[in-house]
Amino acid sequence: MSIELENLTHIYMKGTPFEKKALDNITLRISDGEFVGIIGHTGSGKSTLVQHFNGLLKPTSGKVTVNGIDVTRGDLKELRKHVGIVFQYPEHQLFEETVYKDIAFGMVKMGFDDDRIKRNINWALNLVGLDEDILEKSPFELSGGQKRRVAIAGVLVMEPNILILDEPTAGLDPQGKNEIYGYIQNLHRQTGNTVIIISHNMEDIAKIAHRVIVMNEGRIELDGSVATVFREADRLESIGLTIPQISVFIRKLKKIVPDIREDIFTIEDAKNELFKILKRR
Amino acid sequence: MLKDITLGQYYPGESILHKSDPRTKIILVIAYMVVIFLVDTFTGYIISILFTLLSAVVSDIPLKYVFKGLKPIIFIALFVMVLNILTIKGTPLLEYGIIHISYEGVETAVKMIIRLMLLVLAASLLTLTTTPILLTDGIEKLMAPLRIIKVPVHEIAMMMTIALRFIPTLLEETEKIMKAQASRGADFDTGNLVQRAKSFVPVLIPLFLSAFRRADELASAMESRCYRGGEGRTRMKQLKLGRYDVVISLAMVMYISIIIILEFF
Repeated sequence: MSIELENLTHIYMKGTPFEKKALDNITLRISDGEFVGIIGHTGSGKSTLVQHFNGLLKPTSGKVTVNGIDVTRGDLKELRKHVGIVFQYPEHQLFEETVYKDIAFGMVKMGFDDDRIKRNINWALNLVGLDEDILEKSPFELSGGQKRRVAIAGVLVMEPNILILDEPTAGLDPQGKNEIYGYIQNLHRQTGNTVIIISHNMEDIAKIAHRVIVMNEGRIELDGSVATVFREADRLESIGLTIPQISVFIRKLKKIVPDIREDIFTIEDAKNELFKILKRR
Repeated sequence: MLKDITLGQYYPGESILHKSDPRTKIILVIAYMVVIFLVDTFTGYIISILFTLLSAVVSDIPLKYVFKGLKPIIFIALFVMVLNILTIKGTPLLEYGIIHISYEGVETAVKMIIRLMLLVLAASLLTLTTTPILLTDGIEKLMAPLRIIKVPVHEIAMMMTIALRFIPTLLEETEKIMKAQASRGADFDTGNLVQRAKSFVPVLIPLFLSAFRRADELASAMESRCYRGGEGRTRMKQLKLGRYDVVISLAMVMYISIIIILEFF
């Protein structure tokens, strides 16, 4: 059970003057239970890549297999039970009269029974920190942050074992952002599912992901653990990305304090390391 | 998916037709359309076809792309053909029961179809070589005299521009919402007509909402920049007549003269 890409190439509008190669010969394997962050510039192919994981886009050439299902020929409905995608600004997809109906939409389509629907809705609401009394409200009278959570809940209730989130915190304030990431980490801890998060914010990725994939112009530039990827600061800079600010700070500090650890990517880690060093002195 | 639809149909290029003024092109296409209806002789048709093909070649757009524009009218063309063949009386060509096919019927049918195809080709050459924005600019300029009789020309042109501008945006939006709902298990391709129509509700509601939101935002943005109508407004892209306009106008004048001489003398 995993995501396997073999020489995946995707070309938009092939055969017209607007032809654009979005993905160029990508081979990649994501195993069960991984927590992956995908970073890259706008137009680097991040979103195009993940849309192959549940068959929304078909490879122009190459092969995509997810949980043993070939995306080109397999049963897409079955595949989409396994793979849940939360798109950018997911609140724009809300349409039902009540929050309950909207969250249940996917489950009804997938043929879940009533008991399971109720159970999953309660579980998901709890997970994203919403009260039960919003269930009978119209999704359009909620606040922006609440809408976002309802939309995310609508994907979570389908029990996907691969959860993909495309910029899930775009347009949220720092607190809302941390909350959303908190829910996702909780979920990952609880269920051990595969989580793939797209973001262009290095700090966020460094904080929550275990493995980082860096995309550039339709190709995979770097792929590895947070530490190995962010060690390549120069290479990241050459494609216009930066390492987290705190890492830049630590690298500069190391010139003065040579015994500091270099693989620090979050403020939390930096704090602990600095305390350690101060105590030693 | 939806992105593959070439709406607005502009095909970027550097040909004479691309570079000439939209006003010239619009007038010439209208003149051409009128003249096409004067054509009645065999030679006239041959010349018209050659002239249209020549324009297509000059435009530097792959012919396959130009002829794509004919696809939507296949049904109309077939309908017109069948209707003409069956209804026009004359020298019988074939008789079977109540069906009379006359020589004149076939002739009219063929002429009608050629006419129809040439009209569509000319119109698509116009839209293929002119960006939608330039096209509305041209229309606005051409309609300017109507302002005397209180026609809100600028407003009409502005509405057209905005509508055209937002077609790709709305298509993109539709595609995004369809993908999001498809990921949640929505199914747009199976079931009977009613089921399919129903399956579009989860797409249409968010789409309408976003269209209204965009309209609202655009209105605020325009207002906050003190936008108000066309009075005294200058343009970023000034329309200017150049030698390309002279060239294509001369070509059209030559074509029209030949047709008139051929048909009336």
